[in-house]
Amino acid sequence: MPTNAQEWREETLRVAGTELSVIQGGTGNAVLVLHEELGHPGWLRWHSELARSHTLLIPQHPGFGKSPRVEWISSIRDLAGFYARVLRERNWRPIDVIGFSLGGWIAAEMAACDAAQFRRMVLVAPTGIRPPEGCIMDMFIVAARAYLDASVYSAQDTPEFAKLYGGEQTPEQFEAWEDARAETARLAWQPYMYNPSLGPLLEGVTGLPTLIIWGKQDQIVPVSAAEVYKKAIAGSELVVFDHCGHRPEIEKQAEFVERVQRFLA
Amino acid sequence: MHIMSFSERPYFYVPEEEIIKNGSSYFGVPNTFFDAQKGSQLFQEYFDERVYAEELGFDGVMLNEHHQTPFCMGSVMDVEAAVLARITKRVKIVLLGNPLPVADPLRLAEELAMIDMISGGRLVPGWVRGAGSEQIANNINPAFNRERFNEAHDFIIQAWTKPGPWRYEGKHFHYRYVNPWVLPLQKPHPQIWIPGLVSPETVVWSAKRRYPYVALATQLEPTVEMVNLYADVAEQEGYQAGPENFGYLQNVCVAETEEKAQELAKGFVFGGGFGAFARAEWMFPPGYNSKEATRRLAKAFADPRTGTEIIRFTPGKVDVETVKRSIAENFRSAMEGGLIIAGTPKTVLKRIRYMLEVLRPGIFGIWYHHGPMSFADRMTCLRLLGEEVLPAMREMAEELELPGPYEVQPGTRKLPPTGKRDPVVGVATAA
Repeated sequence: MPTNAQEWREETLRVAGTELSVIQGGTGNAVLVLHEELGHPGWLRWHSELARSHTLLIPQHPGFGKSPRVEWISSIRDLAGFYARVLRERNWRPIDVIGFSLGGWIAAEMAACDAAQFRRMVLVAPTGIRPPEGCIMDMFIVAARAYLDASVYSAQDTPEFAKLYGGEQTPEQFEAWEDARAETARLAWQPYMYNPSLGPLLEGVTGLPTLIIWGKQDQIVPVSAAEVYKKAIAGSELVVFDHCGHRPEIEKQAEFVERVQRFLA
Repeated sequence: MHIMSFSERPYFYVPEEEIIKNGSSYFGVPNTFFDAQKGSQLFQEYFDERVYAEELGFDGVMLNEHHQTPFCMGSVMDVEAAVLARITKRVKIVLLGNPLPVADPLRLAEELAMIDMISGGRLVPGWVRGAGSEQIANNINPAFNRERFNEAHDFIIQAWTKPGPWRYEGKHFHYRYVNPWVLPLQKPHPQIWIPGLVSPETVVWSAKRRYPYVALATQLEPTVEMVNLYADVAEQEGYQAGPENFGYLQNVCVAETEEKAQELAKGFVFGGGFGAFARAEWMFPPGYNSKEATRRLAKAFADPRTGTEIIRFTPGKVDVETVKRSIAENFRSAMEGGLIIAGTPKTVLKRIRYMLEVLRPGIFGIWYHHGPMSFADRMTCLRLLGEEVLPAMREMAEELELPGPYEVQPGTRKLPPTGKRDPVVGVATAA
């Protein structure tokens, strides 16, 4: 976990029949942040920036970080259903949402099922759709660290890269990654990281303002999937950053925050 | 004592450099290095060796199964077992083991029952979780590995023993109609042995079910711990563990001269040997390990120099000569530490005696070759084992009182009246 602890706190909610660890910080309208397949990467600069005008709610998905596994959740659609229940029970709907990678897939599944639970949706290089060109990088046959290394276009030019996940690979970090990888395997082993029915179901979604953000050089989810998302979600806007990989929020941090602020304003 | 022969049926014509260049990993070597003619020839020879092992007096021929790797050509071990069922007459056909999580359990119940039928009741099924790479090779979700193992195990036992037809709805397997016609000849079902690399979870699981546990060429110290752990669980379960509950697989290479045996034994570390089975990221796919095992692993892989490198990265660029030097070094230490035993029959018997005295196994597997070794040398090795090593081992087993699982039914030994178990490991008198 990163250091600037004064900006956020971690709370365990009793919700949807389980305990859910939620990291919260900021002030203003609530934004649900759905983290990626390696877990919540830590409180980064974009969090700080956005937290000036929004309250960030970052649940750790069941089976990730401090949230215990939930036995009946065996797919991303199940997880989307779980979060729908969380929003209902907490009276959080409709809410703004930002989903990263696997978290973007969860958000898209939720929108496909019931778009009214969101006010606005930001998808950052979401998995969930089979890219028409290229394949989603297989995280299950490489070490977590190799997957992480492939996620940015240039680690050297990404100052915050070293800060991800606390920046160190301690035994505790190793264990947290292994937990995240295991839970992702339970949810998305096959078909790998996509759901063939998501595209057709998203095509029925109307009236949900959606911003899709992608890195042109994304090695994890090829940018070809961005066009499919854009086409499926009526009226959605696509922003593609050049010289950028799978993590626009740290690789193009200023531009990312600016686009998201403007969209959520 | 039950003494069995074993080899991985390796395809050893892959240049050693290719295994090293692949990050010291047999798994992942491109199959363009497979020559079908050579592969076919090897299969013929490997069957001949098993028939010969029977003639020489081995009690069992042990097979195993690995997928998509030159380390072991027996990717569908049951096919080999079916052939052996018909071309051998007496030996047990010991399968250590079928990777249950990647199997269709009903189909496996049928295959094994057929092998037991065809062999006239000589099957010893053994079941494993399968190495991490087997999950990748079969595209079976490693996060459910242990669940699938447990469920498949329970299902197969039922398929063999519960009168059909019936319907099965489990978590990972579902069958509308379970009524396998061909059932095992051995009743209620054949003995089941569990091979492994001394993971405590599996040792405990085996002891609870009174299944013999066979340690596969593991280091002596953790193997002793495993034997004691098994015996402790046995005590809790209300029985005294004995030699019939334990097996050990040992690398043994025998030749007419010391020099030749030493030279041939280098095959055990060909390409890195056991240690080069598969890269770390394939050995430990996501969720394959329990939380406890992951924690153990995290500690084991922490680099004492930096404290940060947890799982060794697959090296981008490999210096083949450096790796070869370290393989040579590993060979020396494996010989010194007794993981590999090589020499003339007279020499190897000393160390075998030591192992029998310490571990007190009732099952002993002899893994007699791995890397490049000619058919003639393999047959000579088997002949010397059969003619000189086996008779001496039988005398030792008699003297040390090491019954196999077909002399004493595993799990039937009574605890002493105190309820506290007797020691199961021994003290070595041999050097």
